[in-house]
Amino acid sequence: MLRLLSFTLFIATWWIASLLIGDAKLPAPPAVLSVLVAEARSGALFINLGATLARVALAFTLAMALGSAIGYLMGRVSLANRLGDPWLILLLNLPALVVIVLAYIWAGLTEVAAIAAIAINKLPTAVVTLREGARALDPALDEMATAFAFPRGRAFRHVILPQLAPYIAAAARSGLSLVWKIVLVAEYLGRPNGVGFEIGVAFQLFDIPLLLAYSLSFAAVVLVIETLLVQPFETRLTRWRLRAA
Amino acid sequence: MQLEVNITGKSFASAAGKRHDVLDNVTFTLNAGEVGVLFGPSGCGKSTLLRILAGLDANYQGHVTRSPGMRLGMVFQEPRLLPWRTVEENVRLAAPHVGDSTLSALFEVLELGAHRNHFPAELSLGLARRVALARAFAIEPDFLILDEPLASLDNALAGRLRDQVATLVASRKMMTLLVTHDLDDAVRLGDRLFFLSSRPARILHVETIAAPRATRGEPEIDEIKRQLSQLDLANM
Repeated sequence: MLRLLSFTLFIATWWIASLLIGDAKLPAPPAVLSVLVAEARSGALFINLGATLARVALAFTLAMALGSAIGYLMGRVSLANRLGDPWLILLLNLPALVVIVLAYIWAGLTEVAAIAAIAINKLPTAVVTLREGARALDPALDEMATAFAFPRGRAFRHVILPQLAPYIAAAARSGLSLVWKIVLVAEYLGRPNGVGFEIGVAFQLFDIPLLLAYSLSFAAVVLVIETLLVQPFETRLTRWRLRAA
Repeated sequence: MQLEVNITGKSFASAAGKRHDVLDNVTFTLNAGEVGVLFGPSGCGKSTLLRILAGLDANYQGHVTRSPGMRLGMVFQEPRLLPWRTVEENVRLAAPHVGDSTLSALFEVLELGAHRNHFPAELSLGLARRVALARAFAIEPDFLILDEPLASLDNALAGRLRDQVATLVASRKMMTLLVTHDLDDAVRLGDRLFFLSSRPARILHVETIAAPRATRGEPEIDEIKRQLSQLDLANM
């Protein structure tokens, strides 16, 4: 209910602003909606959203898997940490644009280059978060697992992984929002489809209704994925915590 | 099954780089079916000793010989349960081969039946301790280590839990090593009492109680306690 109210408020503000600023710069909601419907009818909206989502999924999975493994290693093994730390600082502070442009120059304007560039941008934040998680592992539980001769796999699944879970969730949450932002830049600079590409086209043609139609449908997809996938996942992970009565 | 302990020293470096001796000479042997009690002042290195015996700390002088294939059950000072697993899962993870009837019997003795599906955060300390006991007994250990399992419980509860521990220890022929501060617990549960000095710990005195645990009556227990309290351990 509160969400609906908040959404209505957003539309109202937009509408009023468009009346004040003028249709040329900020088209009113119905104008954008009609472009959205036209794009959906032609199928272009779904093809572009699909292409973007596929890139997000691939880059996100790649970065999470690799970043978690590297972060865990760096948190557990001090040699790995000393070796990896300068690289981590470099990657953390490297602007996304540099990575994307270099990837396109070195690997060509290909899908692999785009996905790799997005993944590399997200990787260091996952590493940093998981490294903190690995450092915070409770040695008392490790000892318990050793004393009771837990095999490696069981110890990892039941002792280590649940302790890392909040860190993985945090890395996924912040990483996903980073990937949402970067994927469009990568598409804008070097892909022939996707939401980023369409926004680039709209920018060049100064087609503001098209630009808004894609931006908003993209935002809607992000919201749906956050509410339907990320949040239930987080709730499930923390179900063992005592809930306030 | 036998445990031979022959530790000649254990020290560690503090954060400031200073060397601290925790253990001096600690030598004893424990046989199957026997309950050894480590009795000594706080901070004398009992927990360090237990960690060495449990194989959690290999950094010491001397040697500890354990029978090969020996199964270890350990009850730590804090319960050390997995907060994200239920009571039953906690026990089954440590003891995957435990049978349903064995587990039910164990939960019965420890009065945990109603708590099988609770998470550790929902348990009181006394209950969590009992889950830790259930976990250690469920693996049917050859060597059982109990690190102050009755500490910080009120007298009535500690007494009940002590009886439960006694029942469980008697139900299986294994080596048991108990750490306690409480002379009463030591005399009621132990067969051999090792009195430890303050840091660095060495064994000051070994008291063997001849009467089997089950047959010790209140007068005998009081008599043993009276004799032990006359030992001048501080000046040994």
